Amino acid sequence: MNRPMQRPPADASAPTPMQREPTITIFEKSHEGRRAAYLPEAGVPERPLSELIPGELLRGEAPGLPEISEPEIVRHYNRISRRNFDLDSGFYPLGSCTMKHNPKVNERVAALPGHARLHPLTPSERAQGALELMWLLQRSLVEICGLPHVSLQPSAGAHGELAGLLLTRAYHADRGEHRTKVLTPDTAHGTNPATVTMAGYEVVKVASDERGGIDVDDLRAKADDDVACLMLTNPNTLGLFDERISEIAEIVHGTGATLYYDGANLNAVMGISRPGDMGFDIVHVNLHKSFSQPHGGGGPGAGPIAVSDRIEPYLPRPQVVRGEQENGGPPMFRLDFDRPKSIGRLRGFQGNFGVFVRSYAYILSLGGDGLKEASETAVLNANYLLALMKDGRAGRYLPVAFDRLCKHEFVLSGAKAKRDLGVKTLDVAKRLLDFGFHPPTVYFPLLVDEALMVEPTETETAEMLDAFAEAVEEILAEAEEHPEVARSAPYTTPVRRLDEVAATKRPVVRQPL
Amino acid sequence: MTRYTSATDQDRERMLAKIGVASVEELFEDVPESVRLGRPLELPDGKPEAEVYERLSALAARNAHAEREVSFLGAGMYDHYVPAIVDSICQRSEFLTPYTPYQPEISQGGLQAMFEYQTAICELTGMPVSNASLYEGPSSVASAGYLAKLETGRRRFVVSRGLHPHSRETLETYSVGYGTEVVEVPLDEGVTDATALAETVDDETAAVFLQYPNFFGAIEDLATLAPVAKSTGAVLVVSVDAPTLGILKPPGELGADVVVGEGQPLGNRLDFGGPSFGFFAAREQYLRRMPGRIAGETTDVDGRRGFVLTLQTREQHIRREKATSNICTSQALNALAGAIYLSWLGRQGIVELGSLMAQRTAYARERLASLAGVELLHRRPVVREFALRLEAPVAAVLRRCAERGVNAGYPLGADYPEHADGLLVAITEQSSRADIDLLADTLGAAVAAEREHRAVRA
Repeated sequence: MNRPMQRPPADASAPTPMQREPTITIFEKSHEGRRAAYLPEAGVPERPLSELIPGELLRGEAPGLPEISEPEIVRHYNRISRRNFDLDSGFYPLGSCTMKHNPKVNERVAALPGHARLHPLTPSERAQGALELMWLLQRSLVEICGLPHVSLQPSAGAHGELAGLLLTRAYHADRGEHRTKVLTPDTAHGTNPATVTMAGYEVVKVASDERGGIDVDDLRAKADDDVACLMLTNPNTLGLFDERISEIAEIVHGTGATLYYDGANLNAVMGISRPGDMGFDIVHVNLHKSFSQPHGGGGPGAGPIAVSDRIEPYLPRPQVVRGEQENGGPPMFRLDFDRPKSIGRLRGFQGNFGVFVRSYAYILSLGGDGLKEASETAVLNANYLLALMKDGRAGRYLPVAFDRLCKHEFVLSGAKAKRDLGVKTLDVAKRLLDFGFHPPTVYFPLLVDEALMVEPTETETAEMLDAFAEAVEEILAEAEEHPEVARSAPYTTPVRRLDEVAATKRPVVRQPL
Repeated sequence: MTRYTSATDQDRERMLAKIGVASVEELFEDVPESVRLGRPLELPDGKPEAEVYERLSALAARNAHAEREVSFLGAGMYDHYVPAIVDSICQRSEFLTPYTPYQPEISQGGLQAMFEYQTAICELTGMPVSNASLYEGPSSVASAGYLAKLETGRRRFVVSRGLHPHSRETLETYSVGYGTEVVEVPLDEGVTDATALAETVDDETAAVFLQYPNFFGAIEDLATLAPVAKSTGAVLVVSVDAPTLGILKPPGELGADVVVGEGQPLGNRLDFGGPSFGFFAAREQYLRRMPGRIAGETTDVDGRRGFVLTLQTREQHIRREKATSNICTSQALNALAGAIYLSWLGRQGIVELGSLMAQRTAYARERLASLAGVELLHRRPVVREFALRLEAPVAAVLRRCAERGVNAGYPLGADYPEHADGLLVAITEQSSRADIDLLADTLGAAVAAEREHRAVRA
């Protein structure tokens, strides 16, 4: 059974072994004279450094890095790693983050020297394998997104969003238009409005209707010819598919604006419904979500964009292109810098290639049908867990915010638990930690009071979902009798609730040496 | 059952019954017919693991990677040795597979690693505060521009022509959104022209961007440039090549306000350009305007030491349109690799690495400059990279070297038309004396052959 533990202790007076371990940084382990690295001899005639570089340019004192041996480094990181919860160890239903299994073969192929030790400035004719892989991934994403052109360059979803809005700006500017506003729904990811400002636009919020979709009347009222773009995700952050998407697209396109798809939720619809077919002009895809790149504790990811024909001229530079050879030889792949209308570069070199390798391996492993089945299973798992959580105490205290079929995730409201039990969403989340689960995303989307956003992904078994629902039931039952238990949770984690206010008031962001 | 899932037909039946629908298709009833794909995705069928490995291995085999040729390519990313402990620690699932530490009680490992990383970056750059990393070097430069714009309310960025071309272009791209303009200051004999800088910086200058050492490998005289750059209240942003800071005076001691850079040379593989990480360190006064995640130390309810993501009110998920950056997923695992690498090198190793590169580079520079038809593009002090001028077509010379298994460096012409005859050569601890001697022989022969070729044709 996956169930990590029975009802955990709520006795704070008995610290766990890990809680008794002192927290020591690698700098505190440093001892003068210890070392791990042994570098090669220079092997060339050596001169005093000050003859090579004028003394006033040289450092007076060595940087205060740790002095530590290799075994001690390994033990340090192994020890602190055990203080992390991770996807390979348990259920991680963090809504909007698509914490699906990270296949191990992907790590193996990414580490091949032909990928890992390939310099980004290697001339194209000697990097054909890498460029072909990028081209193949581009073609795969074209098919999955239903849009004819792809740039792999953006480093993450938010970077893709910035690319999308700069593309929008270039598109309008090329038509002699200067539009100032971007519409985002009140359910949007925080990255959307943050990106709007960085791209020099003003944010205008669009309300949601009573079914959790875009309020089309509000959209109509706000969609004037000063609007450059509407940023949307479908299914949205409530996990709901907006059935009126075609009407929304028509309204947006009617004003001449672009329609942007935040691909964070693509895992719900692969092979089922494509953003291009829904009318979107620009899409970003989070390779670290739907396409299995490990999340790495907060990256790396990648946020390729797919666009329609009218946006293509403005795509970032360089683009990977395939050219046929005149002599009938195999096609040659190259980087195309000659793109006069391009918005330019968004970063150094060609993008997060190592991520492309893993995601392409994932697409090869699953194939077209497998991707569709992954989405179907993700949606099945979410609806099953939602059905479980409509029963019992969860249904009473944590009702679903919008009672419809959900897609890959759903959002509960903890408002009743807060009112009736005096237990906030944060408390439920913290108590879940004692049960060995990563909690759902909390307090997002902002539209839902005391929100809990649950995304189980296709990775999980029915038994795991049962165990999660049971844990929530137990937590709520416990809270009926002893709400203070959840309010002071967690008890069994390496540390207990942390003082975030003090951390902000008097920030200590580095070790004093 | 499909790859990487567990649901059997029996599971599905039980789950569908609980949901109260007859089929999985019914779960998609809310997707209108008009926006359905209605056909299978036109992608190849899924493949067994062994075939996937074979396909990707075949693609990888068509790349001339650093184990197949002797390479002196640098220009922003460098083939440093990545110690085995970096791979082994970064492949631990506890670091590889969680997400951003939103639940600090179960993320102390990642948070502590970030805190230690920040400390190491502060030590290296000589700055008081650091974030927990950004995407990579050039976009970190552009992010520093956003800080400067918000801080000063001014609309002009002044960049040295010695700043990496990718950094300049990325800053230009972002500037369209920021509503800022980018003005360039030329180089004089390989370093930023201080007089031109003084003439360019004005009351509308939000930030000045320098690179240290610059794209041509030359060590900029920050002590002279910094007061000029900051004379009108602009933010001085210095982009650095991290491993050189083992021996170079850190920009924090020379007047920099923000220090950024490409993290790849610190324990990250080349990976054809990414993923790596960007570092971002600053003066304390900018702490609350910094982009990206920041880990901070605090205590738990029982008084135990712990770490959290702090100053989150800067960030997009809290502050939304008023955020100091839109960054969410960044490069935590790559920054971890950087922190492990810096611990591995340690206080002595980082100095030794810098000295080793300086010694070998001096040797290589002298040897190459003594070749017929080869001269130095500038004579400024360097640490690990230097520029040459060839009296022969650079592309043709590079082709000849490649035929002999030597990648002689980066041709400067594409980024610097004024240096169409320029070649940028990079040295790491992996470039042995034998490699350098091979480069000298190969380059010398290639230049001679090309000159002869040209003479014959003339």
